Amino acid sequence: MSLVQNFPFFSIILSMFCAIVSFALSGKWAKRAHLAMTAAVLALSAGVLGFTAATGDSYTYMMGHYSAPWGNEIRIGPLESAMAVCFSLLMLLSVLGGLAHIDRDIAPSKQNLFFIQLDLMLSALLALIYTNDLFTAYVFIEICTIAACGLIMARRTGRVYVSATRYMIMSLVGSGLFLIGLSLLYAVTGQLLMSPAERALAGLVSDSRFTLPLTVIIILLVVSLGVKSGLYPFHTWIPDAYGYATPAASAVLSGLVSKGYILLLIKLMVRVLPNDNQAALNMMDVLFVLGVVGMLLGSVDAIRENDVRRMTAFSSVAQIGYIYMGLGLGTDAGVTAALFHVISHGAMKALLFLCIPGLTEVSGGRADREALRGAGYRHRLAGLGFTVGALSMIGMPLLTGFVSKYLFAAAATSAVPGKMIAAWVALAVSTTLNAVYFMRMVLVLYTSVDASHRRAEDYHASPVENAGIAGLIALNVALGVASPPVIETLARGLAVFG
Amino acid sequence: MGSSILTNFEEIASVLLFVIGMIDLLVQPNLVKKIIGLDIMDSAVYLFLAAKGYIAGRAAPIVTDGILDAAHYINPIPAGLVLTGIVVSVSVSAVMMALTICLYREYHTLNLDEIMMLLRRREADETLRLSGRNGEGTPS
Amino acid sequence: MSREDPRYAGSRWDKLARWRRGEYDPTAGRLELREPDFAPRDELQKLRKYAAQTERDDRYELGLDTRLRGFRRVYLAAAGLLAVFLAALLLVTVSWLPQFGDYTAPEHNEVARRYIEQGLEETGAVNIVAGMILDYRAFDTFGESCVLFIAVCCVLMLLRVDKEEDPHSMAAEDMSDRYFEPHREVILQMAARVLVPVSLVLGIYVVLNGHISPGGGFSGGAIIGTGLVLYLTAFGFERTGRFMNETTVKLLTVSALTFYCFAKSYSFYTGANHLSSFITPGVPGAILSGGLIVYLNICVGVVVACTMYCFYVMFRKGGF
Repeated sequence: MSLVQNFPFFSIILSMFCAIVSFALSGKWAKRAHLAMTAAVLALSAGVLGFTAATGDSYTYMMGHYSAPWGNEIRIGPLESAMAVCFSLLMLLSVLGGLAHIDRDIAPSKQNLFFIQLDLMLSALLALIYTNDLFTAYVFIEICTIAACGLIMARRTGRVYVSATRYMIMSLVGSGLFLIGLSLLYAVTGQLLMSPAERALAGLVSDSRFTLPLTVIIILLVVSLGVKSGLYPFHTWIPDAYGYATPAASAVLSGLVSKGYILLLIKLMVRVLPNDNQAALNMMDVLFVLGVVGMLLGSVDAIRENDVRRMTAFSSVAQIGYIYMGLGLGTDAGVTAALFHVISHGAMKALLFLCIPGLTEVSGGRADREALRGAGYRHRLAGLGFTVGALSMIGMPLLTGFVSKYLFAAAATSAVPGKMIAAWVALAVSTTLNAVYFMRMVLVLYTSVDASHRRAEDYHASPVENAGIAGLIALNVALGVASPPVIETLARGLAVFG
Repeated sequence: MGSSILTNFEEIASVLLFVIGMIDLLVQPNLVKKIIGLDIMDSAVYLFLAAKGYIAGRAAPIVTDGILDAAHYINPIPAGLVLTGIVVSVSVSAVMMALTICLYREYHTLNLDEIMMLLRRREADETLRLSGRNGEGTPS
Repeated sequence: MSREDPRYAGSRWDKLARWRRGEYDPTAGRLELREPDFAPRDELQKLRKYAAQTERDDRYELGLDTRLRGFRRVYLAAAGLLAVFLAALLLVTVSWLPQFGDYTAPEHNEVARRYIEQGLEETGAVNIVAGMILDYRAFDTFGESCVLFIAVCCVLMLLRVDKEEDPHSMAAEDMSDRYFEPHREVILQMAARVLVPVSLVLGIYVVLNGHISPGGGFSGGAIIGTGLVLYLTAFGFERTGRFMNETTVKLLTVSALTFYCFAKSYSFYTGANHLSSFITPGVPGAILSGGLIVYLNICVGVVVACTMYCFYVMFRKGGF
């Protein structure tokens, strides 16, 4: 085994170790440790991506001295390493883009705790990406949940306590359903690692034993991860949670956390659950319908919202709907499109959430449309960033959102006719709705105002934050212009994912 | 209904408790009762796992008298899962309780519905205050 | 003794009879609730105000809002439907599962068999569950310790009162703690003198013997934590703070988790790369056997004890 194959394990352990050490560090050093660690994880993941893209195959890595059905293991392929690269890059840029606000929003004595949450969040996301073990997945889901709660309530105002509580309640219902689904799965297969569990399940399907428990297990696992990632009818916590946290936390939460659960769901569907029986097919249809409904109703909610933070948060509901629609198509092309949208939505939403505080702060701290008039002149980079993010959301060519929409539309052609028509109509309507609220916002930002309102008094943007925003703008453009290699890596990774 | 409905009392009890706990977590407006519901829900899953690990007439999985025969002990895996799960649920409960304390200090009530109403009222006040402050300065 | 006896008045029987009639109170003047005498008058006023503040003062009348009541009714009905549906689904599922206690059930397979039959040889742990969670499936267990760690961080973030942040509420917390919590309770202190050493020794025993008997780091750590909490309740923050303060908790937690992290990384690395490891299972049944298991149990025990203590301290006062 070559050294580079150890890197996924190193990156998980490194982020955990960084969290542990940060407990004894001051806020300033915890921040430096976090940034250095994220950069190191990015470099390690890039190395793994280079290795796996060259071999084009996946390999398993034993966490200990015991092989598959006995010990824990992780599994690394092109798809996993590409996701690890994207997640660590987005984490790095999001934290950079919100660094000055972290200083302002969080008491100095508590900043090291905030960075511990971020460190453990990254380790949990990496573990969810790489793990090949169901129970490890459960443990890291819980780390992810608690870390997300910690990120939401880090501002310590009454508002975010309520958001964090509502987030926790929904998440805990999801965790409970996942745990009982996992226990039932263990009861019928006797395996906790994914590959042996898949073999056991295939045996059960071919003998048609435990047919009904299997159906229930599929429902429980899919619904639990749907609840945790904010699928449409379970989305009520999203606007609260994303709208009021500190900007870096909002960017990380909307860009990464729900995506970690979605990746796990994709992994379960592709690698573990039998995907040719009736129950799995029906579940796909349910996901498709919920995704489409989410795409439309999330956008409608966003249109009705006057607060730009909540509007952007509601748009996340719609975008999660896109991803589930892609999964629900039930084809490999659909899953690839969903995977690309996982990355591209992360880039777009992180950019939007990082630009919003810059815009509101030059508008007297208000986030409604009236106050934001002309804010694009007062804070030029934030205005530019918001515009790029919004155009990308709408699907402007040369930006990453366009590529996702194109991929979804192309994937729909290979689906059954009913789904194809529904997906196209939903895409068209949803794009129009996106355009309504995002273009309205962009127009508000660049409404001409008289000269005295074009300058913000005593506002000093932080250069580090500007660098983060600029990095995300570049990422949006890069993903839009140079998407073919990314898509190809994802498609090839998906082929060896199962 | 399958054939085991009359023998799997432990599992039946655990799934019923699970549903009770989950509905408690969702429906109760009182935060402390929500936490109790959460704990009932988690404990129900541990009961389920423990019941799944049990084999009639066998001993706990601790090697005694040097007997190393698998037919002598019950399944150790569910016990390990329960152990891990308990720690997770302790942590989650602690976080929820800390949040509850903070909410109580802020709003002087444990009822989540009341908290939401108070929150809305405060937010309306805040918007009024902010728009009053910049009212004359906003370009129209 | 007859009632006419002159010695009757004032005797025990007389007192008992009068107590039954409600004329005599044996505890009068001896066991009354008194205001704590440590606080001067004006401080007492402040305390009362603080206590009054923690009661609800601006409660919103929910009953007046008909819209909310309607929503609540719909929500309850939906939840009821969900409950019935989920319960039925799970009951039907359970009815198809293998029978309770059946040895042919699918989960009693080669995985469990290897843990039992070769566990002692491969991990050196007599307690098979300990061998499983700390050797075969150690990554899960490390994740689980991190769950505890992150929960502590969350609770600290929410509840710790810092001097530079808010000196005012720190004083208020201190005052309310002195007001509401027991203050040099004789019964409590007597019980603590007996129970604290017992629970500490028992906890240490459970931790150290985790690999050869029932128990382990988590249960032992919880027992130690309980002992510490009892000591704190009985003897107050000043005495406990001498050996359990923020520095100690930080130092213990960080060093235990760091050791855990490095030890397990070494074992994962050698395992995955098929290198030989210098860790050997040792003689089964000895106290220093089971390879890393005994050391990991100690680490976990330390982390859990610190966590329990930290939770209690944060919930009670928000500071050490």
